[in-house]
Amino acid sequence: MESKQLTAGDLEAYWVETPPTQPWIRVGMDTGGIAAGARRVYKALVEARDQLGLPHDIRQTGSLGLSYADPVVEVGDASGSTVVFGSMDEESARDLVRQYGRDGNLLEDRVIASHDRGRAFDGQPQTAILVKDTGTGKSEDRTAVFQELIREELVVHGLDKRVKVYRAMDMGLYQRGICVQLLPSRVTYADVHGPDIRRIIAESLRGGQVLEDLLETSGELQERIVLRHCGRIDPDELDSYLRAGGYRGLKRALLEMSPEEVIEDMKVSGLRGRGGAGYPTWLKWKLTRDPVSDRKFVICNGDEGDPGAFMDRSVLEGDPHAVLEGLMISAYAIGADTGFFYIRAEYPLAIERVQRAIDQCRAAGLLGPNILGSGFSFDARVRLGAGAFVCGEETALIASIEGRRGSPEPRPPYPSVKGLWDKPTSINNVETLAAVSSILDRGGNWYAGFGTEQSRGTKVFAVTGKIRNPQLVEVPMGISIGAIIEDICGGAVSGSNIKAVQTGGPSGGVIPREKMDVPVTYESLQELGSIMGSGGMLVMDTSDSMVDVAKFYLGFCVDESCGKCAPCRIGGYQMLKILERMHSGNGKPEDLVIIRDICHCMRTASLCGLGQTAPNPVLSTLQYFEQEYLDLVSAPVTGTSRPRRKVTTSLKGF
Amino acid sequence: MTVETELGNILEWVKSMRRRVHELAREWEDEEGNLIMILHAIQNEFGYIPRGVANELANELGINMARIYEVITFYNYFRLTPPGRHHIQVCMGTACYLKGAMQLHDDLDRELRLLEASGGREGEFQLESVRCIGCCGMAPAVVVDGETHGRLNPSDARTILKQTRRA
Ligand SMILES: Cc1cc2nc3c(=O)[nH]c(=O)nc-3n(C[C@H](O)[C@H](O)[C@H](O)COP(=O)(O)O)c2cc1C
Ligand code: FES
Repeated sequence: MESKQLTAGDLEAYWVETPPTQPWIRVGMDTGGIAAGARRVYKALVEARDQLGLPHDIRQTGSLGLSYADPVVEVGDASGSTVVFGSMDEESARDLVRQYGRDGNLLEDRVIASHDRGRAFDGQPQTAILVKDTGTGKSEDRTAVFQELIREELVVHGLDKRVKVYRAMDMGLYQRGICVQLLPSRVTYADVHGPDIRRIIAESLRGGQVLEDLLETSGELQERIVLRHCGRIDPDELDSYLRAGGYRGLKRALLEMSPEEVIEDMKVSGLRGRGGAGYPTWLKWKLTRDPVSDRKFVICNGDEGDPGAFMDRSVLEGDPHAVLEGLMISAYAIGADTGFFYIRAEYPLAIERVQRAIDQCRAAGLLGPNILGSGFSFDARVRLGAGAFVCGEETALIASIEGRRGSPEPRPPYPSVKGLWDKPTSINNVETLAAVSSILDRGGNWYAGFGTEQSRGTKVFAVTGKIRNPQLVEVPMGISIGAIIEDICGGAVSGSNIKAVQTGGPSGGVIPREKMDVPVTYESLQELGSIMGSGGMLVMDTSDSMVDVAKFYLGFCVDESCGKCAPCRIGGYQMLKILERMHSGNGKPEDLVIIRDICHCMRTASLCGLGQTAPNPVLSTLQYFEQEYLDLVSAPVTGTSRPRRKVTTSLKGF
Repeated sequence: MTVETELGNILEWVKSMRRRVHELAREWEDEEGNLIMILHAIQNEFGYIPRGVANELANELGINMARIYEVITFYNYFRLTPPGRHHIQVCMGTACYLKGAMQLHDDLDRELRLLEASGGREGEFQLESVRCIGCCGMAPAVVVDGETHGRLNPSDARTILKQTRRA
């Protein structure tokens, strides 16, 4: 099939929606899922299915983003109903096939309640009730007690055979007491108390009435545009991407629009670069289109340098064609004939999947000469990074693709004028390009409908650290950091309190707990002394020392400095020495003055973004947690190897 | 093994190495900026970049050794010494660091020292800390011989070593 050259007509045939005719099972097999054992789960599922002779179509897919629940398995059938199971292992995989695949029973403590909550019953009989104590902060887990109460009530009504009760692994609701979700309607009740059980069974389950006073009406806070296919399609199959509407944006661009119109549509969309700097994508493309040159290049920046973030990896592993499609569209817009994926060598699975996507497109005629008969010719190649953070910076990245040391160059000239092999070059981040393919599919106006005036669309964040449910989220811009942390990810890990959230990695800063209601936009985060960054969102609790965190990031930048310019090379090193000295209890009050001086110098005089932004973690922790620094210099701790404890116990206010 | 067969083996190795470097250079011949990709291929094959191979490559590509070493030494990923038989990489990215990666690293280090002291083979394990490996959702994470393990407790250090030895 894929060796055939696809025409526009062939593509259209793929895009006709065809609902599945068979039950299916998908296993999230990105690096995270595989590390948690997804390969073994996959194998066990296949074996159990074959043994029982069941018709389920079992597929690998990318990640749904639910890192806390890896390995994740989703099951669906021809009726369109789907259920997600988390924390799977081989045994539960076999159970799943037997109990759910064959008998329709869910798995205790593995099933994850849907966030797409129902509002009505539509006359369907309900067959299952999910229960979870989402906590109130004061009592121990009462899930089992309520399961029993519900079961007893079901017996009273003679429904215990027909309706099963399960503990949910996660409800997507937190600090809302006992929550229940009825299936298949997905009607969800929160803050349920003992006496409510009777009404839920009698009036709601039997009577088909929705209990408005208990109904959970909050909807899904996330909006999946970049992650639209992650965890839904098989990233190794071009067919799978095409059936999900893949390459519709490319076809629209190539056959229905001029390059100028594509750039205009991008302008309407308001998309800004997701790699960190937030430069308007349309403008970068226009500036690269304008110069006259015999050759031009496009590059996908898949170097994902921020240590503690995995947005780009998830997209490359879960939906490589979406990024490739975005790269092709950018090439058409600026008039490039060759593109490069620059991917970290630490991401072997992403590299493999992108290379496969490229090979498939070449075989299908979606890469190569005269694509879809449009006259536009383009090919793409993969280049590997080799463990140098600075290579995420665009001029260093270009040097690296050229086969040289990744040393940054002063800008201007910008790559849009003088880039790869001195030719005009446009560099975009993975997430930016994945957004591009959906913008060209659905139109700039559609995309501009999400987010805020200055920050349009959605942003993907990797929420990690001291968080209850670490995961990948995609939210419309303008949502508050607090909503992401508390409402989507469940707040701090149990028994601890959040102190601050770090965004922007080594180039960013901390946002203290008091400022959690800040909306996520490029401007508002900058005002607080941090940056949007590429999407790392690190949650820190009261046991984390802010000086230690600053030292960690600075140490990272010192390690990664290419050494070309003095402010970054010497300034960073000297500042790190001072921080280390302070941390070991030998700091002096004047140190803080020196630190601020060095920060100022690095910011203004460094050659590239690495050095210019390396002081940010220090400056922002100084801004909000100066007391922690002062504690270190005023009360020198001698003879203790753990000054860190000393610092945190002296913290007030949390 | 006699000296003759041993020398024979070495010569054989050199010949096949030359052939391989030649092939790689041809394979990437038409690609601009190919040096880093060739070095990746060499490291994949040999586990590191032996000096002799780098020299051979310089000849093949018609460039200076200095030009090759300049690149190798800039990038953390390339190594100039052979790796241990088992390769343990502890992630020291921010998420893992906050979740106790330092402790995990130190525990592994101590276990390895004990192992060597009690007669384990030297160089059997190679322990290093690396930058984020993209499994931050399962921090702390380590990669053992290419396989990623996540959500580790300090007590898991010993288990990892044991399992790896058995494998
Ligand atoms: C030190 C440094 C590291 C960077 N690392 C990355 C990275 O890992 N990924 C990325 O997309 N952009 C990174 N950037 C930003 C890129 O230079 C560039 O702005 C971006 O790739 C442009 O794409 P966008 O406009 O789509 O965001 C980095 C910048 C600096 C200064
Ligand atoms: S920080 Fe360890 S895997 Fe990302």
